[in-house]
Parts: sequence; C-alpha cells; structure tokens
Amino acid sequence: MSEARPFRWREPSILPGFGLAFGVLAAGLSVLILIPLAALVLKAASAGPADIVAIATAPRTIAALRLSFGAAFVAALVNAVFGLLIAWVLVRYRFPGRRFVDAAVDLPFALPTAVAGIALTALWAGNGWLGSLAASFGVKVAYTPLGVMIALIFVGLPFVVRSVQPVLADAQRDVEEASALLGATRWRTVFCVILPNVLPALLTGFTLAFARAIGEYGSVIFIAGNVPMVSEIAPLLIVIRLEQFDYAGAAVVGVLMLAASLVLLLLINALQAWSRRRLGYV
Amino acid sequence: MPVSLSIENLDKRFNGVPALRGVSLDVAPAELVALLGPSGSGKTTLLRAIAGLEEPEAGRVLFDGVDSGTLSLRDRRIGFVFQHYALFRHLTVFENIAFGLRARPRAQRPAEAEIRSRVLALLELVQLEGYDRRFPSQLSGGQRQRVALARALAIEPRVLLLDEPFGALDAKVRKDLRRWLRELHARTGNTTLFVTHDQEEALELADRVAILNGGRIEQVGTPDDVLDHPATPFVCEFLGEANRIPVTVSGGSAYFADRPILRGLTQNQSGCASLFVRPQHVHLAEDGPATLPGRVAAVRRHGAHRRLEVAVNGAPKPVELDIASQEPPAPGETVALRIARGHVFSV
Repeated sequence: MSEARPFRWREPSILPGFGLAFGVLAAGLSVLILIPLAALVLKAASAGPADIVAIATAPRTIAALRLSFGAAFVAALVNAVFGLLIAWVLVRYRFPGRRFVDAAVDLPFALPTAVAGIALTALWAGNGWLGSLAASFGVKVAYTPLGVMIALIFVGLPFVVRSVQPVLADAQRDVEEASALLGATRWRTVFCVILPNVLPALLTGFTLAFARAIGEYGSVIFIAGNVPMVSEIAPLLIVIRLEQFDYAGAAVVGVLMLAASLVLLLLINALQAWSRRRLGYV
Repeated sequence: MPVSLSIENLDKRFNGVPALRGVSLDVAPAELVALLGPSGSGKTTLLRAIAGLEEPEAGRVLFDGVDSGTLSLRDRRIGFVFQHYALFRHLTVFENIAFGLRARPRAQRPAEAEIRSRVLALLELVQLEGYDRRFPSQLSGGQRQRVALARALAIEPRVLLLDEPFGALDAKVRKDLRRWLRELHARTGNTTLFVTHDQEEALELADRVAILNGGRIEQVGTPDDVLDHPATPFVCEFLGEANRIPVTVSGGSAYFADRPILRGLTQNQSGCASLFVRPQHVHLAEDGPATLPGRVAAVRRHGAHRRLEVAVNGAPKPVELDIASQEPPAPGETVALRIARGHVFSV
C-alpha cells in the first residue's frame, strides 16, 4: 500500500523562477481576464433565474447566437482553406510583389473594423461593384447572413496565414523528395506528407480566426443590416440591450457566448494536442 | 535484377559555382560503390543527380543503358536514404515502410494483406520486428536509419543510394550498422552507391571507392588500389596521413639533397617532384648514403605506437614516423631515416 503523499506542485525544473513566473501569470490573468469575466457572470446572475431562462430561450437570442457561431465557424473554415493557399504561395514561390502581398495580409489586423465594414458594405451592397455582380446571379450579399460571413472572413484571414506560414517555411525539403522518389504523385505528397505536418498550425490559425469572428462587431454591423432573427449577431444584441439599460439582460447573452466559446476552444485545443502528439511533439 | 549504372560527363552548377565537372563513373550490377570526399567535393550532388533530384547541366545517367533523363522520379525506381532519414513523422513505422507500396497506381498496388506481409518481412530484415506501431519520434537514430532503409527497399529499387547513411550516428552504432549493411547488401544484391566523408567507412564497406575532390573524380578503384596506388597527391593525402618531401627524380630514384632516398621508381619521369610517404613506411636506420638525416623534434604517444616528429633540413615540415620501440630516441637526438615505400608525383 502506498502512503498518501501530500500534494505538491510538479517541480518544473531545477532552474529557479517558477514561483515568480507563476505569480505574475496568476496576477495578470486575474486582473485582465478572470475578474472581468467573474463580474460578467455576477451581473448576469442578478437577473434572477426566471429572467435568465426567458432571455436565454428567447427566439431572437437563439437566432443571434446561432448566426454568430455558425457564421464564425464557416468563415474560419473558409479562412483555413484560403489562408493555407496564401501561405503556401508566399512561402513556396518567388514572384514580383511578393513582399507587398505578404504585408497586405496583415491589413485586416491594422484597419479599424468599422472602416472595413463600411468598405465591404459599399462593395457588396446591391448597387456596389461586387454586389451588383452577385445580384445579377440572384444572390443578395449585403444585409444577409452571407454578408456577415464575408466580413468575418475578412477579419480572420491573417490569423491562418500567419500561423501556417512559419511551419510551411520550416518544412524539410528531403521529406518531400523522399515521397516523390517512393513514387507518390504530387497530390499524394501534398495531402499525405506536407499537410499532415501543417495540421497543428492550421488548427491554431483556425481557432484564432474562429475566436476572433465570434466576438467581431465593428466590421459586421454595417454589412449585416441587423435584421432581427435573420442577420442580427449576438454582440449586436448585447449592445441593443445595453442601450435599453438592460444590463443584466446584456450580461446573460454575454455569459452564453462566453460559455459556448469556452467549450468550443477547449474542444479545439484537445484536438490540437492530439494532432501534435501524433507528430511527436511533447 | 540488379542493374548497371553508367554516369557520363555530368556537369552541375549552383548559381554559377561548379559542383560537378565532367564526372563519369560506371557501376556494375550488384556492386557496392562508395563516393568518398571532403565536404564540398560534390559527392552528395552526384548522388542527388543520379536520383534525379538535381538536374545536371550536361551529361547523362544510364540505368542498364537507358537514359534516365526521360524517366519520372517514380519510374526511376530508386531507393534513396537521406542523411537525416526524412521519415514521415506523422506516420507509424509500418505506414512509413508501406508508403511506397500504397503510392503505386491502383492497378499495380498490392493487396492489403500483401502490403502487410511485405512490410513485416522488411521489418524483420532491418531487425525491427515489433516496432511497426511506433512513430519515428519514439525511435533512436540507428533505428530511424533502418526504417528509412526498409522504406527505400520496399519499392524494390533498381538502385540503392545512401547519403551519408551513418553520418548522424555515434561511433558504436556506426560500426554495427556498417557491418550489418555489408551483410544486407550481400543478401539483397542491390546496385548500391553511398556517400561518405569517412575514409575508414568507405574502405571497409565498398567494393570500389570513387574519391571526389572539387567536383571531379580523382580516382576510382578497389580499396587496395586507392590505398596502394594513389593516382593523385590528393588521394594520397586524403586516405590517411602522409609526409610530403620535396625530391628530385632521375633514373628511377628520388633524391633528397643528393641522397637517393627511394630507389626503384617505376614511373618514367624526372625533375622536381613531391614524395609522399606514410608514417608507417618510414623507419629508423643506421646512417648511410641512402638515408634521410634529421633531429628528433618531438615524441608522442599514438595509439599502440610512438609517433616521432623528425625535423629534416630542407623539408618544410617535420617527417612523422611510427615506431613500436619501448625506448624511443630522445628529443634533440640525431637520427637517420630509411624510406621503405612512397609515391612520387611531379610538381
């Protein structure tokens, strides 16, 4: 029988610094994230159980949450594909203007989101350049969920490109050569040799783009048109409630978003840990 | 069936810098040939050009007389083992070895049961039974190298090319793998080329050794050939230590300061030359007209022997020799040296 040992923190290493580093981490995390979030939960709780259930199950709330998460997910998927392609081209090929394109990828980071939103709205409105083109195919973009997605794709793109780029750049040339010499076609080499190695980084980029898109507000509200039940996103619903001085109601929607985001991010992290382990990272 | 390999006048430049200059080499079926040279001599470039990973500016590579320039990498059927293994780290050992079989066009792809039995047989061949479910990150360097070899053998290559196969391994593992590779070659009989900068490895393993320097082949021959009859000063100095003594040649003898220190030269030459003598071919002797006079500069321990450095008037560097004697001459003592064997190259 083994004796019950007193709980001890795992000794990270013989080098000192764990205490200090962990103290700074705990303090920083508390001040910056945990305390504000706790306040949010407290505020939401002040609404009372009946109101909480009523707000949480209101069709308008559910529609807004579904749009926010659904559009964010689709946008992150689209970004994963195109971000990977952009990173691939930037890493693998040398062409005139490559540095310019490389720098332009970061623009969605730098641009105020409202500016992006207005520009996208002008472009995709029924009389805009692309909007009129889409309209000729019978597709309405601005003021629909499609418009929301386009705005979210715009703001999320740099995350995928910047996550994947360094991993692609580091990829060992000899692994590709080995694959080709073993008789693999180029497609097989790309899909069975290169992409599996990029997968963890791609998942990181996907997660970042997804998380950013869930909370995105500025660039979406112009192009979304904000029709309740159709193109109204959850962050906007929160603002509407705030403007009506319904702070508890806003907090309830906020907590719902928080909980859903947390669960999704934990799931993606677990998936990522699994895929990294398979590649032999510890 | 093992194929013959014929390399004709390969030229390759990297950004204008020549890496291969008119390299030609013939390899017989089932032969094991080492490409030996210092780093930057072009040996890896040559290997990659044979594999089709580098496109030469000029020259051809023929497999059984067929120009490989027209073949795709797949159709060349080359087993290539990379210096750093280049294993697919997201695949298990089993899947790594099966990769080449699964990559075949559907019509030629073996059935799953056959893939399984072939992979397991290869694992046995490389002595890694039971490792099929491991990932490369869970293996030691020597084990990874053997997986890489099994993966290359899985496609039943016509030619096996190994790039510094033991370069990244420690000395003990190197030795074991060397012996094992020799046995493996005897069993599988693949036409094999391997690159190394380790002369001991090349001389021990290979049927023939090609010594490269500055993008050219200096000499091709059996280990005995290149050791006993070096074709160039470079080969002489690269394969082991050598003293370089300036001499004058006339009438079949090499003279140093009018002393005929080496007689019976077969080369028909005369004039100024360099005499290359290995330390084990220099002996202490009674002073005489055919000896080299000098003064002992240092005595060092050199394995089981003692290494003497003898300063000779008129020679740019001290002459080194090995003696087995327990009582070596003391530093400062005057000695006479007799040269038993040497190689003379015109300056």
